[in-house]
Amino acid sequence: MSELLDWLREPWTFEFMQRAVIAAVIVGVVSAVVGSFVILKGMAFIGDALPHASFGGVAVAFALGANLQLGGAVAALLTALLIGFVAQRGRVRYDTAIGIIFIASFALGILIVSRQSGYVADLFSFVFGNVLGVTWGDVWLTAGLGAFILLAVALFYKELLFTSYDPSMAAASGVPVATVQYGLLVLVGLTVVIALQVMGIVLVLAMLVAPAAAAQLLTRRLPPMMATGSVFGALSALCGLYIAWYADVSPSAAIVLTACGFFLLAFLFAPGRGLLWQRRFVPA
Amino acid sequence: MPVGMSAAEATRAAPAVEVRNLSAGYDGHTALDDVTFTVEQGCLAGLVGPNGSGKSTLLRVILGLHKPWRGEVRIVGREGSGARGRIGYMPQSELVDWSFPVTALDVVLMGRYGRLGLVRRPGARDRQEAMAALERVRLADLSQRLIGELSGGEQRRMLIARALAQDADLILLDEPLAGLDATAQHDLLALLDDLRREDKTLFVATHDLSCVAANFDHAVLLNRRVVAFGRPAEVFTEELLSAAFQRHLLVLPGGERTLVGP
Repeated sequence: MSELLDWLREPWTFEFMQRAVIAAVIVGVVSAVVGSFVILKGMAFIGDALPHASFGGVAVAFALGANLQLGGAVAALLTALLIGFVAQRGRVRYDTAIGIIFIASFALGILIVSRQSGYVADLFSFVFGNVLGVTWGDVWLTAGLGAFILLAVALFYKELLFTSYDPSMAAASGVPVATVQYGLLVLVGLTVVIALQVMGIVLVLAMLVAPAAAAQLLTRRLPPMMATGSVFGALSALCGLYIAWYADVSPSAAIVLTACGFFLLAFLFAPGRGLLWQRRFVPA
Repeated sequence: MPVGMSAAEATRAAPAVEVRNLSAGYDGHTALDDVTFTVEQGCLAGLVGPNGSGKSTLLRVILGLHKPWRGEVRIVGREGSGARGRIGYMPQSELVDWSFPVTALDVVLMGRYGRLGLVRRPGARDRQEAMAALERVRLADLSQRLIGELSGGEQRRMLIARALAQDADLILLDEPLAGLDATAQHDLLALLDDLRREDKTLFVATHDLSCVAANFDHAVLLNRRVVAFGRPAEVFTEELLSAAFQRHLLVLPGGERTLVGP
C-alpha cells in the first residue's frame, strides 16, 4: 500500500513536476471549455491555424531578441482577429482564407529560422512543447489567463450559446453577434497562447478537440459537456505526466494520447451512442 | 398621429408590417425592387413567389439582419431598432443546427434573451414564461428533449414557442410547412389560426399556394417587385400568378378550397 502511495507521490517531489502539473491541468480544463464551442461550431481548423500562425510571431521575436511567448501570443491573436474579419467581410471562402493566413505566418517563421546560424533549440520547444521547463512565472501567467478565459465564458455564456446556435435570431434580438464572434475567436487565441508552452504547436489542437469531443458523446447539454470535458482534460494532464515520468517519454505526447484514449473509450462505450452499444441493439 | 389619439391607440391602429419603396440586394444584384405593401395586425398573411423572388431577403430586411438600399420598414408603427424584439422568427428548417446540444426549453428560453440584455441570466420568471409558451404549443412534456430528438412538427412548434416566449407581435415564418406530413401540416396551420385569433400577426413565406388560398387572410405576391397584395381571392388570379411565376398556373376555385397548380 505504502509502495503504491510512494509510486504515486514520487513525481511530485520535484518542483519542476509540480509546476508542470499545475500548468498542464489548467490548460486541460480551459481547452475543454473553449474547445466545446470549437467542436460545436466546426472551428477545429482555426484551432490548428492559430498555434501554427503563432510560430511566425515566435520567430520574429527570436530574431529581434524579444520575448518569444509574447511574440507567439501577438501572432495568434492577430490571426484570430484577421480570421474574424475575413469571416464577416470576406469574398473568399472562410477556410481558404484561414489556410492562406496561417501558412503564410508559419512559413515566415521557417524563413526566419533558416537564417539563424546560432542556437535555435528554444524555438523547437514551441514546436513540441516544453511543459517540464515552465517557470513559476509561466504558471502564474497561465493561471491568470486561464481564469480570465473561464470568467469570460461564464459571464457571456448566454450570448455565446445564442450566437453559436442561431446567429440570425441572436442578431435580430439585439445581441452584438459580430462582437461575440470576435470575442470567441480571441478566447480561442488566448487558450492557444497558454496551451502552446505545455503542448507545442502541433499538439494544441488535440487538447481543444479530444476532451470536449469525448464529453459530447457522454452528455446531452452544453454545461455538462463543458464540465465533463474539463475533467477529461485535467485527468489527461495528470495521467500523461505520470506516463511521461515513468516511461520517460515526451509529456505533451503522453497527455495528448491519454486524451485521445478517453475519446476512443467514449466513442466505443458511450451509453446509447457508442459504437459497441449500437452494435448490440442493431443486429448486423 | 391624429389629434386626440394616445400613443397606445396609435400602436394598436398601425399595421403590423408597413413596407414602403424598399429596395435591397447583394453586391449590386437587386433582390427587391421598390417593394411596398402592408400587413394588418392579427392576420395570417402569406408571402408567395417563385424561387429567387426575394422572399428570404425580404424577411431578413424586416428582421433587421440585412440593410436595405432604400425605403423603410415599420413594425407596428416603429422603425429600426425600436422594432427590435417585437419580431419572432422561424428560420427554414435546413438552416437550423438540429444536432446542437440544447433542449426544447433551452431554445424557447432564448426568446427571453433579447430583453435580458448583456450578461444577465434568465431567472425564474423567464423560465415560467418559456414553460407557458411550450404549454401553449402542447410541448410542455417534451421540454427536456434534445431538439434533435423532436419530430419535424414538434421542432416547428418549438420555434413558434420561442416567438411566444419573446412576446413578439409579429412572427415571421420561412417555409414552415415544407417537409411536414399532412397531419403535422394540419396541426401547424391550426396553431397559426389560433394565434391569429389571439391578435398575433403571422407572415409566412411559403411555396404552398393552395394552402394560402384556402387558409390565409392576406397574400403578398412577390417577384422582386410586388406583383399584387390583398385578399388571396384577389391576388390568386391566373393573370397575376402567371405574371409572378412567368408561367401559366391554373386556379381552380371550388367553394371552400381553391386549388392552384401548373
